[in-house]
Amino acid sequence: MAFIPHTPDDIARMLEVIGARSVEDLFDEIPAELRAGVLNVPAPLSEMEIARLMTERAAIDGRPLNFIGAGAYEHHIPAPVWAIATRGEFYSAYTPYQAEASQGTLQLIYEYQSMMCALTGMEVSNASLYDGASALAEACLMAVRSNRGSSSRRILMPRTVNPTYAQVAQAIAGNQDISFVPVDFDRTAGRTLLDALKPHGGQDFTALVVQQPNFFGSLEEVDALTDWAHENKIMLIAVVNPTSLALLKPPGEWGAVIGGARGADIVCGEGQALGVPLSSGGPYFGFMATRMHYVRQMPGRIVGGTVDMEGRPGFTLTLQAREQHIRRSKATSNICTNQGLMVTAATIYMSLLGPRGLEAVAQASMQRTHDLVSALSKVPGVKRAFTAPHFHEAVLLLDRPPAAILAALSRRGILGGLDLSERYPELGHAMLVCATETKFDADIDAYASALADVMSASRAAA
Amino acid sequence: MQLKTREPLIFDLSKPGRGAVTQFPPPVAGTAQVPANLRRQNRPALPEVSELQAVRHFTRLSQMNFSIDTHFYPLGSCTMKYNPKACNTYAMLPEFLGRHPLGPEPQGFLACMYELQEMLQEITGMPAVSLTPMAGAQGEFAGVAMIRAYHRARNDTARTEIIVPQAAHGTNPATATMCGFVVKEIPCDANGDVEIDALKAAVGPATAGIMLTNPSTLGVFERKIVQIARIVHEAGGLLYYDGANLNAILGKVRPGDMGFDVIHMNLHKTFSTPHGGGGPGSGAVGVSARLKPFLPLPIVGKEGARYRWLTERDLPQSIGRLSGFMGNAGVNLRAYIYMRLLGREGMVRVAEFAALNANYLMKRLQALGFEAAYPKRRASHEFIITLKQEQKAYHVSAMDVAKRLLDYGFHAPTTYFPLLVPECLLIEPTETEAKEDLDRFCDALASIREEMQHDAEKLTSAPHTMPVRRLDDVRAAKQLDLHWKGLLEEPAGA
Repeated sequence: MAFIPHTPDDIARMLEVIGARSVEDLFDEIPAELRAGVLNVPAPLSEMEIARLMTERAAIDGRPLNFIGAGAYEHHIPAPVWAIATRGEFYSAYTPYQAEASQGTLQLIYEYQSMMCALTGMEVSNASLYDGASALAEACLMAVRSNRGSSSRRILMPRTVNPTYAQVAQAIAGNQDISFVPVDFDRTAGRTLLDALKPHGGQDFTALVVQQPNFFGSLEEVDALTDWAHENKIMLIAVVNPTSLALLKPPGEWGAVIGGARGADIVCGEGQALGVPLSSGGPYFGFMATRMHYVRQMPGRIVGGTVDMEGRPGFTLTLQAREQHIRRSKATSNICTNQGLMVTAATIYMSLLGPRGLEAVAQASMQRTHDLVSALSKVPGVKRAFTAPHFHEAVLLLDRPPAAILAALSRRGILGGLDLSERYPELGHAMLVCATETKFDADIDAYASALADVMSASRAAA
Repeated sequence: MQLKTREPLIFDLSKPGRGAVTQFPPPVAGTAQVPANLRRQNRPALPEVSELQAVRHFTRLSQMNFSIDTHFYPLGSCTMKYNPKACNTYAMLPEFLGRHPLGPEPQGFLACMYELQEMLQEITGMPAVSLTPMAGAQGEFAGVAMIRAYHRARNDTARTEIIVPQAAHGTNPATATMCGFVVKEIPCDANGDVEIDALKAAVGPATAGIMLTNPSTLGVFERKIVQIARIVHEAGGLLYYDGANLNAILGKVRPGDMGFDVIHMNLHKTFSTPHGGGGPGSGAVGVSARLKPFLPLPIVGKEGARYRWLTERDLPQSIGRLSGFMGNAGVNLRAYIYMRLLGREGMVRVAEFAALNANYLMKRLQALGFEAAYPKRRASHEFIITLKQEQKAYHVSAMDVAKRLLDYGFHAPTTYFPLLVPECLLIEPTETEAKEDLDRFCDALASIREEMQHDAEKLTSAPHTMPVRRLDDVRAAKQLDLHWKGLLEEPAGA
């Protein structure tokens, strides 16, 4: 029997202790009229058969050369990361409620929190949320709880923020009557227009969201945006890419000192780039950091250092009075299970790369994307959309709809980018491309030459 | 085996200039630069260690954990069953791991997801399933948000209340609040069933729905479920099924047949995806036909032989998206593999042997003198022991017993949940444990029972054999220490 160790003799002796004639007797409290018939699901497979099935299904999907980013990034993952993260002691452990029997997981999360504080320049990090998009939703809810000077429940959401993140924030926070006001972007530069914010000055808004680098890969003028928000008593929620923080000014240092404080108020984002595979979109992990001042409004688990009864240092879950299992309907969030194993991978990843390795990854990714944009822009009918400096993504404009071009590239084994024409129709035939340190000169050349072929074939067919 | 000593912080192993340099990308020539005003001034204080130092450090940390692979882990309501290695190995095939979520629709992966949806529909008796919620609590959120959307679509905006029995998980009331509802709690009777009179008094034109777990968190099957469903439906409300305890009834009774309108499943419980030290989970939702238009996106659809993602165009009334892409795809893949390994016969055995193990353990512990909270009832896949007598007689708490069990090499059961039962241990052995392991667990509790009578201090000062003794939680909450102290020092400079 699959994964069941009982022998007929075991079963007989156990039933005798229970005082039941059969296993079926154990279900005699379920009303007879409710009992299920035989389930219509497939017969069991052996491991050998499932191995064959999964290998065949994986082969259908193949291994294309990928130039899509848009919130999920292909980076090199060091071999030790998943060799250790899938050790049974990490993989098959529960949330560390019994602290004394979970010091490994707890210390690891404490180290993770420290690393996220170092990257973001913030004072406190939680132990993770589900993913980047839902982390932004939680950040919006947290801002509404934290910004005591605001009662509007209105949040400024620039159109340069990942549109899916904006949708998720609406789906999750919208149920609590929080509304989102879009902010337009500069069509030439590809970043948020400060002039589009100015009419909102002096009004009651809870928070302004700023994504750096933004969805187009462009770098926002974060200092000016942060200062504008703080001058108007609006909290600043930063959505950041953790890899980029090895090179970019950390959100904790954005803007000037206003009202005794500096930088973003809440920082969140997608942690996948830190050692987590693309894996069709998940599992990834969301991160969140803030200033100590707001720690009691932060959702999710937090690990703290303490001492045991002999005074020896140790780690435990702390500030649990914020959480659902204590506060029930008054909790900061309903979240309990988060993305612990992904945090394990990310902590090992950050330890292996260190500050210099992560900087090298960020620098190489940025350089490769610049090389890619320059190679693709030489193809007739292709040009860069925006002038703002960019990190490891950029928007390209084609002289024809990207859908057919991307489909043709896909048939040649290249995922050429993300078609933006539905998300941003005003940009015309736009697509978002990305390269990371995993792309070599030969990969970029292969893409450029395939694009030239496909574009010219498309022109010939027209 | 378990490491009994402490391990320094990774930061304490760090030295400037050290690094796992084979992991660094080769330098790329070029002139790309971040403008000076947007550039970082000082390198982040990440550790600088060799590859071996990192490998040894994290391996040693892993050895300070209890886990299913190393210990019996009867944590009630968490379903800590064996996580088959095949599920991980075949979900981590390079083609699955390397797949970008926004590429062309991957037919091999989507075939697995479509079949997973179909199997979950059949098992729960619900006509439609979405795999997108990323954990049980997000599945709950999706479920309650669908109830809200359903009433609003009918212009029935007066329904502002969600009824939750006292025995419910804390996530239930927290979720109802997140969805903008007012929570109304109702009591359970002495046998663990919902008090019907209290329910009748609670329902009315303001009732949006009720959230129920069945078997309940008290470890017993809610026998009046059909009556409850009728009362709530007649009042115009919908029934939400919290699938935390689905392991108890797999293949025996289906939530759809009990009258539920919406259900979330914890794939990391019933379908054995790993708990990972606190996630990732996966909280798929199933719904009755009338809630189908509101399902969260994306969902996998099939047209002819081709699979595709259903989007806002297909379900314009959807409650929307809850994740950046399509939920915890890799977790869903593990659940799919597990379900195919179990198959039709294996599914039913899950409930049967989970119930056999729980009922056996309950009877044996009763024989040792422990008091079951609901002695007249069958255990479901779990049961509750209350230590209120022992506390009175020997001044030991449920927490003391839990901590002492660690010394005996067993993970503790869930303590102090549900809140209704004083000094309780919620014990869930799961179907994958052998009788010998259950017997050893009974031996340990028998021995602890002896100790509490003659040497209670052994319990109250436990654990004695872990890397740390009992920790000061009050200090942790009052003198917050949430990151490495070195972060506060002046950075070394770029």
